[in-house]
Amino acid sequence: MARALINMPKTARRGEVIEIRALIGHPMETGYRPGADGVVQKRDIIRQFSVRYNGEQVFAAELHPAISANPYIAFHTVATESGTLEFSWKGDNGFAQTETAAITVTG
Amino acid sequence: MKRGVALLLLACSMGLSAAADERKSGTHFMGASTQTMQRDDTQNPAMLWVGDGEALWQAKSGDSGKSCVSCHGDAKISMRGVAARFPAFDTHRQLPINLGQRINQCRAGKQQLPAWRAESGDLLAMESYVALQSRGMPVAPPRDTRLKAPTERGKQLFNQRIGQLNLSCAQCHDANWGKRLAGSTIPQGHASAYPIYRLEWQDMGSLQRRLRNCMSGVRAEVPPYGALELVELELYLAARARGMAMESPGVRP
Repeated sequence: MARALINMPKTARRGEVIEIRALIGHPMETGYRPGADGVVQKRDIIRQFSVRYNGEQVFAAELHPAISANPYIAFHTVATESGTLEFSWKGDNGFAQTETAAITVTG
Repeated sequence: MKRGVALLLLACSMGLSAAADERKSGTHFMGASTQTMQRDDTQNPAMLWVGDGEALWQAKSGDSGKSCVSCHGDAKISMRGVAARFPAFDTHRQLPINLGQRINQCRAGKQQLPAWRAESGDLLAMESYVALQSRGMPVAPPRDTRLKAPTERGKQLFNQRIGQLNLSCAQCHDANWGKRLAGSTIPQGHASAYPIYRLEWQDMGSLQRRLRNCMSGVRAEVPPYGALELVELELYLAARARGMAMESPGVRP
């Protein structure tokens, strides 16, 4: 099911600074909390978030256990050319999710 | 003379509307960044559940092969204003039921599927999706005479001291709203944004989860999910918030 929300402009002028917002559903279990049975729950977090703009990496972040569930990351980049942005989240237990969004650059 | 009466009437109605303005949604007591998070759908984590709910609305399942769409069509039209009218009276069980219980009734009765567990992701997703269709509309509990007695019992519970701390809902949310309880501001307790994404929970939750939270907070015996007392309390809260704008799905600290 759709567990990621990406918001960014569909069109932009060349050289324009655009804001991109990405929200993903993930429990971000710290690895320090005991469950209802008293046993410490295994860590289950997203470790890495990266964004490629037509293949070139424009943003990357490392995530750690102190980050809350359903992490929301917003950043800016410069619109250089039309194409696609590829968002990828990687984490514990083989978690991997990739989403893409298209942008049209004019001028 | 006539003019005097008109002025008096005007003054009265102004007085009434001023009294209505005394009511403030929980949003009023939140920080600016949390308010923005609720207002902006691209920041509101509850929209993840709304997305799931929309998918579930379309999904055909069960022996019946029915989806929600089969009977109700487009939720944007058929579910408009529905969440604002719950809890409602269920003629079948002769009891008031809340939105979650109504959804499960459809699921078990019409779709012939096992009911969703209280507070499960799927149930909260469906509730969020249905509640979203009432966003901005006034809270409008049905004026059903059969709901009068249960609403009254809810009011009684609201005003009754409970638990080891011997506190009633009213002592905080009527008498001391706006003041602080440890680090957080006490809101007026209007339930117009449920289900909510609560930052403390880092999860979505129903009004009953919140009510149970407060009850265990005053160290009272906590009724199980779906208990009649909780639904009656929901009924009173709906009557208390009548006319306020729905904010579902909300974000709370």
